[in-house]
Amino acid sequence: MTKGTAYSDNELLSVLSARELKDGQVVFAGIGIPLLAACLAQRSNCPGLTILFEGGIVGASIEPGKLPPSTNDQRGARRANMVLGSSEVLLMMQRGYVDVGFIGGAQIDQYGNLNSSVVNARDGRKKIRLPGTGGGNDIASLSNLIVAIKHEKRRFVEQVDFVTSPGWLRGGESRRDCGLTHGGALRVITELAVFGFDERMRRMTVNALNPGVPIDEVRANTGFELIADRDLPVNEPPTDAELRVLRELDPNRLLLS
Amino acid sequence: MASDARMVGVRPYAELRETVARRDRGLYPKNMSLSEAAGRISDGESLGIGGSMMSRTPMAMLWELMRAKRQNLVCSRPIITSEGDLLLGSGLSRHIITSWFSQGIMWGVSKVMRHHVENGLARYEEWSHLAIGMRWRAGAMGVPFMPTRTMLGSDVLAARPDTHAMQCPFTGEQILLVPALNPNVAIIHVHRCDVYGNAQIDGLPFMDVDLAMAADRVILTTERIVSNDQIRRAPDQTKIPFFCVDAVVEVPFGSAPHECYGLYEPMMKHLQTFTDLVNADPVAGMKAYLDRYVYGPASWTQFLELIGMDELLDAARRARDLQND
Repeated sequence: MTKGTAYSDNELLSVLSARELKDGQVVFAGIGIPLLAACLAQRSNCPGLTILFEGGIVGASIEPGKLPPSTNDQRGARRANMVLGSSEVLLMMQRGYVDVGFIGGAQIDQYGNLNSSVVNARDGRKKIRLPGTGGGNDIASLSNLIVAIKHEKRRFVEQVDFVTSPGWLRGGESRRDCGLTHGGALRVITELAVFGFDERMRRMTVNALNPGVPIDEVRANTGFELIADRDLPVNEPPTDAELRVLRELDPNRLLLS
Repeated sequence: MASDARMVGVRPYAELRETVARRDRGLYPKNMSLSEAAGRISDGESLGIGGSMMSRTPMAMLWELMRAKRQNLVCSRPIITSEGDLLLGSGLSRHIITSWFSQGIMWGVSKVMRHHVENGLARYEEWSHLAIGMRWRAGAMGVPFMPTRTMLGSDVLAARPDTHAMQCPFTGEQILLVPALNPNVAIIHVHRCDVYGNAQIDGLPFMDVDLAMAADRVILTTERIVSNDQIRRAPDQTKIPFFCVDAVVEVPFGSAPHECYGLYEPMMKHLQTFTDLVNADPVAGMKAYLDRYVYGPASWTQFLELIGMDELLDAARRARDLQND
């Protein structure tokens, strides 16, 4: 590992997210950090990664400096293996061809449920309308989910105001009981730590801390009780090589900023 | 906000068959002007909008509908961006059926959408992206619903009484039935079609074929009208058959300021101007935009002039550059 290069929160999120992907997998990526992280993985340790976008893109191959403005446009389709209808690519996920789904969100809870639809304003009276699910609900319903999200107390809540994209719902067997028989929240990646979910209760657990982050800081920024071992591993900081590929991908910092 | 009781009901099969039977499905030229085509859409009808996000949005047709002061169209689209703000801001629609609604990824949450939805001026009926697709597909198939394995357990589902979760009669598994959506009219922008309506789409088809087959009537805008001979040279490229098409309007740059695969990318400077205006003040800013860019110009060409030659050519250059190895 080379050391020393400073990095931003979004760069850390992207690098740690990319490390969760394995060569040969099929990943269904949303816009933002998920797209960047999937492209970083493809251009570093996972050359055989197949990236799907909900706009109908199979086998995306994003070139440095040519990031698409969304996952539904011609820029994302450039040099893909295949383009097809949006329903068709989403149905490939329902059929079971996707190993990992990868999205962000505005709010997450202890069971990995995500909200990108409606949040209650702080005074509790008003509801703030957000853009909505897009393919997020489909990805979360049908795949093993990795979530990249900023770690703030108002985002890490005990119970989301609205379940847009289902994680483990109310924990235990509740997800399966609703008919969501496959997939589920696998990892949550933030600038503070990487999280998983315990097998029985399906509550969020700390898997590893990010460099220089004490567990108290993670707890202080989390609105629910976190399960954590006393001796937690610490993630390797982003390497120079990882940061270089990432910055080449997004030289204008469209998604990194 | 989420539990408005009014539902877009599944239409009886007999009604769908009769609607098709009544249409003139003969081989005849259907090319007409934007305003003639807009005259075929009535207040209060349901409107399916082709393309997705900032791609192949039938912007010229929407622009003409705003100028014709159509009102209260119930609009469905897989993903809605800045055109959704215009739908609400102009009064063209007060009910939007979609999976995602904001101006675009880079602008955060649309202040126009928030203004209308949070103040109860409009409904945003949220479905998952796949559910929108399966609703149009059921409509295209002539069946009342499609089974899916999405939306289950979520509040997206809880907010949608017009769904039905059931046990599969064959396996006992829990599945969700989403209702068919057969819009009165579909408006779709394509790359090329003949005067009869045989339409070819390059690149991403999104959910347009299902939308065309689901709708009672289909109005196409096209970058160019080509001969039937040219269509027949590449029938594998034809995505929409003439017999479900009712009107064809030739509109170069008909998706501006959004994109059209291979021809032009989104016109970001214009979209930035729009977003700055309407997010600063979703009412006055919207009025200023509509006055200047929608009601003001005498023609679509004049609207394109307001976007500006520099930006149009740059958008076209960028799209061509994407095709260059």
